[in-house]
Amino acid sequence: MTNLLLNIDAGTIDWSRAQFALTAIYHWLFVPLTLGLAVIMGIAETFYYKKRTAFWKKTAQFWQRLFGVNFAMGVATGIILEFEFGTNWSNYSWFVGDIFGAPLAVEGIVAFFMESTFVAVMFFGWKKVSAGFHLASTWLTGLGATISAWWILVANAWMQYPVGCEFNPDTMRNEMTSFLEVALSPFAIDKFCHTVISSWIIGAVFVCAVCGWYLLKKRETELAIESLKIAAVVGFVAAMGAGATGHKSGQTVAQVQPMKLAAMEALYDGGNEMGLKIIEGVEVPYGLSMMATNTIDGFVPGINDLLNGYKKADGSWEPSVNEKMERGRSAIQSLAEYRRLKAEGASEEALSPHLSVLKENYQYFGYGYVKDANDVVPSVFINFWAFRVMVGLGCLFIAFFGLMLLLVFRVPLLSVITRRLLSAFGLMDERHSDGWQMADSVPRWLCWASILLLPMAYICSESGWLVAEFGRQPWTIQDMLPTWAAVSDLQSSSVMITFFLFLILFTTMLAVEINILLKQIKKGPSL
Amino acid sequence: MKKIGFWHRAFDLYYDGFRSMTLGKVLWAVILVKLFIIFAVLKLFFFPDYIGQHASDGAESDFVASELIERGAAP
Repeated sequence: MTNLLLNIDAGTIDWSRAQFALTAIYHWLFVPLTLGLAVIMGIAETFYYKKRTAFWKKTAQFWQRLFGVNFAMGVATGIILEFEFGTNWSNYSWFVGDIFGAPLAVEGIVAFFMESTFVAVMFFGWKKVSAGFHLASTWLTGLGATISAWWILVANAWMQYPVGCEFNPDTMRNEMTSFLEVALSPFAIDKFCHTVISSWIIGAVFVCAVCGWYLLKKRETELAIESLKIAAVVGFVAAMGAGATGHKSGQTVAQVQPMKLAAMEALYDGGNEMGLKIIEGVEVPYGLSMMATNTIDGFVPGINDLLNGYKKADGSWEPSVNEKMERGRSAIQSLAEYRRLKAEGASEEALSPHLSVLKENYQYFGYGYVKDANDVVPSVFINFWAFRVMVGLGCLFIAFFGLMLLLVFRVPLLSVITRRLLSAFGLMDERHSDGWQMADSVPRWLCWASILLLPMAYICSESGWLVAEFGRQPWTIQDMLPTWAAVSDLQSSSVMITFFLFLILFTTMLAVEINILLKQIKKGPSL
Repeated sequence: MKKIGFWHRAFDLYYDGFRSMTLGKVLWAVILVKLFIIFAVLKLFFFPDYIGQHASDGAESDFVASELIERGAAP
């Protein structure tokens, strides 16, 4: 994707992107578990509040302790991203900072303080506050984390679908014209729902993995089974919810980022009644048209249609990339003329025509930086496979949690059928196929599967982000600013050095953090 | 009987809480080390304010304008 005719070091762009991706991926190892465990520990403490037994208090405190470890490990990992905006992506930072910075500021002021306040009550307040206030604090800790996620995702959604703003050629900044349009953009809502719900899957898989390990070791059996019940319900509902919100997200992407969808599907020539590819040669009939348009015969443009221009469903014409490039160049040239004349003290009359041309063509501003139309095509390979990894694993989680539900709960008829089927295939001990021996209700292979699915859950989650961010390329802001315009003109060697510095630092910190978490899991719950 | 005020109870919550931490002490140590590395090492040595270094106060928009206009593709 690197535009070879730049006057900046091409390596700078790639290393800057790599550094940002590394930091974001690392940050995203902690956030979903925070969001997911918040639900689990909230439910566990709600059971304690209802039943007031020592068992549920111990269970709630155990999951809160693991939440606390993960929360502490994740602290400040996101701050480095903000540093990178100011150093590596300075043009981006100035150009859109007024809009991008606002949700980040709200996140810091409101959500983080809320989280911090109530997490202190949650950990320190067991003997200091009433059970009701403590329970409320636990849920408000999770709510604070979720509100944090909302504002970060609003910022990211704006990068994908910039709304509620107007460019000021005097300050060279995009200025917010509507906070509500930014905060409640359909892209932001879809992204928030899908991201948070998928984080609950990670929390549920994590709990299943820990409980699976306890069952294999034949320890903490009651905690394991009761927690598995919570995790199975949360996980199943979340996995189904992730599918539904993913479908909705697909439609939004089809409308505002059709190139991303085309890359996700490796779709070069679009059409009506398009099937959804599982892999090359295997597809779900009409699946892509359904996903993109909610109709079986909806038109889905391919990469070539988007490059060459096409007639949209509403009859209007989508310009070719070459036309957009021409209009973008016109916008940049008008901007240059406007600023030159303004600096010379020209009259409003002299400035007005340039301002008009700029405004008319501003929606294609970013295309003015494109030399070759093919540069606006993101990596088909990465998007295609990342999407399939995400959806494939998502389907696996639905099956996994569905099976877990049928084994840990006594669902009339279905649980018996499930256990009989598993016994018939040698996957469950026949002696317990009809009985209700708590520790044996989850066969050993499923306990192992629970542990092995934990890294899969993270792979699924990170794959989703690969689609979101690689699919957006080459844009830092969709259609407005490509990476080679947004990046600071740094020496690529300095960016490369910090990339490897981060790699070593993050790997070391991750090893320390996983070590602390594993020690707490091995220690188990205690009163 | 003397009624304990809200602020006293809040202080007591934090004071007793921090004093009786065990795992928390380790986590706080990790957090503080991490914050030191992030702010005193990374921010100071690796993440300067790029625009601040290249443009004087009040001239940032001119700097960004020249960057963005120069990088525009020639027709």
